[in-house]
Amino acid sequence: MNAYLLIDFGSTYTKLTAVDVATEEILATAKDITTVEDDIMIGFKKAYQKLKLWIEEEKKIKFDDINFIKKIACSSAAGGLKMYAIGLVPELTADAAKKAALGAGARVMKTYSYELNKSEIEEIKNSNADILLLAGGTDGGNKKCIIHNAKLIADIKIEIPVLLAGNKSANDEIIEIFENANIDYIVTENVMPKLNKINEKPTREAIRKIFMTKIVEAKGMKNAEDFISGILMPTPAAVLKAAEVLALGSDDEDGLGNLMVVDIGGATTDIHSLAEGDPSNAGVIPRGLEEPFAKRTVEGDLGMRYSALSLLEAAGTKKIRRYLHDDHKEIDVKAHCNHRHENIMMVPQTPEEIFFDEAMAGAGTEIAMIRHCGWLESVFTPMGVMYYQHGKDLLDVKYVIGTGGVLVHSKNPRNILEAGEFNKEQPVHLLPRAPNYLIDSTYILSAMGLLAGENPDMAVRIMKKYLEKVN
Amino acid sequence: MKNGKTIVIGVIGSDCHAVGNKIIDHVLTQQGFNVINVGVISPQEDFINAAVETDADAIIISSLYGHGELDCQGFKAKCDEAGLQDVKLYVGGNIVVGKQEWNSVEARFKDMGFDRVYKPGTPIEVTAEDMKKDLGMIK
Repeated sequence: MNAYLLIDFGSTYTKLTAVDVATEEILATAKDITTVEDDIMIGFKKAYQKLKLWIEEEKKIKFDDINFIKKIACSSAAGGLKMYAIGLVPELTADAAKKAALGAGARVMKTYSYELNKSEIEEIKNSNADILLLAGGTDGGNKKCIIHNAKLIADIKIEIPVLLAGNKSANDEIIEIFENANIDYIVTENVMPKLNKINEKPTREAIRKIFMTKIVEAKGMKNAEDFISGILMPTPAAVLKAAEVLALGSDDEDGLGNLMVVDIGGATTDIHSLAEGDPSNAGVIPRGLEEPFAKRTVEGDLGMRYSALSLLEAAGTKKIRRYLHDDHKEIDVKAHCNHRHENIMMVPQTPEEIFFDEAMAGAGTEIAMIRHCGWLESVFTPMGVMYYQHGKDLLDVKYVIGTGGVLVHSKNPRNILEAGEFNKEQPVHLLPRAPNYLIDSTYILSAMGLLAGENPDMAVRIMKKYLEKVN
Repeated sequence: MKNGKTIVIGVIGSDCHAVGNKIIDHVLTQQGFNVINVGVISPQEDFINAAVETDADAIIISSLYGHGELDCQGFKAKCDEAGLQDVKLYVGGNIVVGKQEWNSVEARFKDMGFDRVYKPGTPIEVTAEDMKKDLGMIK
C-alpha cells in the first residue's frame, strides 16, 4: 500500500498525517511533543510509534506493508521563521515587503522604512532574526535609500541570509557591496516593481527556498532529513498553500471560490484570505498598495493562552463580557485571563472554563477579522459621498474555515466564527456577509498544503471530504 | 521612446474628474515620460509617497473643482520634509473658486512653492514643453 507521510513540526506538537494514496483517505494521525532543543527526531519517533500502533490496531494493516512514497514536513518549531523587513515608504515598499514575508509564513518582528540609522541597524544586528528582507524603490525608481541600507548591512557584516527584493536598477551596485563584505545574499524580483503593484510571489518563493536550504539547518533540524525527504516550508505557509489550492482548485478539481481561514492559537491568531478583494459596491475607490490574492495576517496579541492578557487588553473587559452574556458583571474576566496566561498548557475541563475560552475566542476572532479585512473611509465630494477602500473587500467570501484547538474542540464553533461576520452596526468593515462555515476537525490543513505540492488534485479532494460543514 | 524622466500626476483632494487626468497620462507617456498616475481623489501624501518610491523628477497636480487652493496648502513643505526639494512642482486646472484675476492666482500658488501654475484651458503640451526646459532636456 502506498501512502504519503506528512509532518508538521509545530511549536508545541509534532503532528503526523498518513494519507492512503489509493483511497485518498486519512489513514491515521498522531502527535507528540516537539523536541527541538535536544533532537527533533525524539518527538517525531514517539509520534511515529503512535501512528504505527494506531494503524496496526485500529486499521488492522501491517505497518511494514505501507510504503511511504514521500515523507515531507513543514515546521514552526524553534520560534518559527523570524524576519525583519526593510523598505522605503512605510505604506508602500515597506508594507509590500511585510505582506510578502507574512505570506511566506514568517513572523515579521519589525518593519523599517527610509534610510536606516545606526541604532536601527544595531537593533537588527542584535536581533535573533533568521532572514532579513531588503526592499525599497520601484524598478527604475529610488536607488539611494536601498543602497544606503545595503551599505549599513555590509558594514555590520550581518551573518543571516539577506533577501534582496528592491529596485532592480540598484541590484548591481548592491551585489558588489554584498560580495565585498561576504554577505550571504539572494536576489529576487522587486516586491513592488511599479507604484501600488505588489509582486509578492517571487519573494515568497525565495523565502521558502532559504528556509529549506539554510534555516532548517540553522535551527538544528537538519538531522530530520536523514529520515524524511525534506522540511519544505514554514507551517503557516503550508496552511496558506492549502487554502490557496482549495480556493482556486487544481488541474482536475474545482475550487470552492473565495475563502478565509481563521486559525486561533495559544499565542497568535492567524487570518488568511484567498480573494482579490476588489470593491463590490459602486462609488468605492481602492486606495494605496494593492493586496495579494493570498493574504495572511498574524495577530501577535490575540491568543488563548500565552497572549490571553494582551487579548484582554485589545478587546477590553466589556467586549469579553458581551460574549460571556455576563450582564451583571459576575465573572472576574481579568482573573480568568491571568490564569490562562500563567498556565499555557491548560486544557478547559468544566463547562465554565470552556465557555470562557469560547468567549475569548469570539472576541479575538472579531478583532482579528476586523484587522485583516478592508474598511471604507467616506470622502465628501461635490458629486456626493464617495468611499476610499483600504485593504480587501471580503463581503462576498463564500467559506470561512476554522482551525486551532478552541474551534476544533468546540461544540458550537459557529458561534465563535460568527463574531467575524459583517456587522450592520459597523458597516465600514468589509467582513464576510453570509459565509458557509467549515471546521478543520482532523487538523489536515498544513498537511494538505504539503500534499498540494505533490498532488494538488488529491489535496483538494481530501479537503473537500474532510473539512466539516457546521450548521 | 523613453526620455528618462519620471513624472507623478493625479487629481488632488476630493475631486473625481477622471477624463483630463487620463489625457495628461496619455500625452506625457506618448512624449516619452515615465508617468506615475496616482489617480483621482488623491491626498497630498499619495503624490509624495509615489514620488519618493519612484524617484520622480516632477509632480503635476490637477484640480478641476475649485478647491485646489485649499487642497494644495502645505504641499511644498511636505515635499521638503520628504526629501523632495529638487522635484519640480506644477499645478493646473480650475484651481480656484470662481473667476479671479489670474496674476494674483498665479502669485498665490507660486508663494505656496509651485514652480509653474497653469490657467484653465492650458493644453498639457504646453506643460510638457515647460517641463523639458525645467528638467534640462532642451534649452
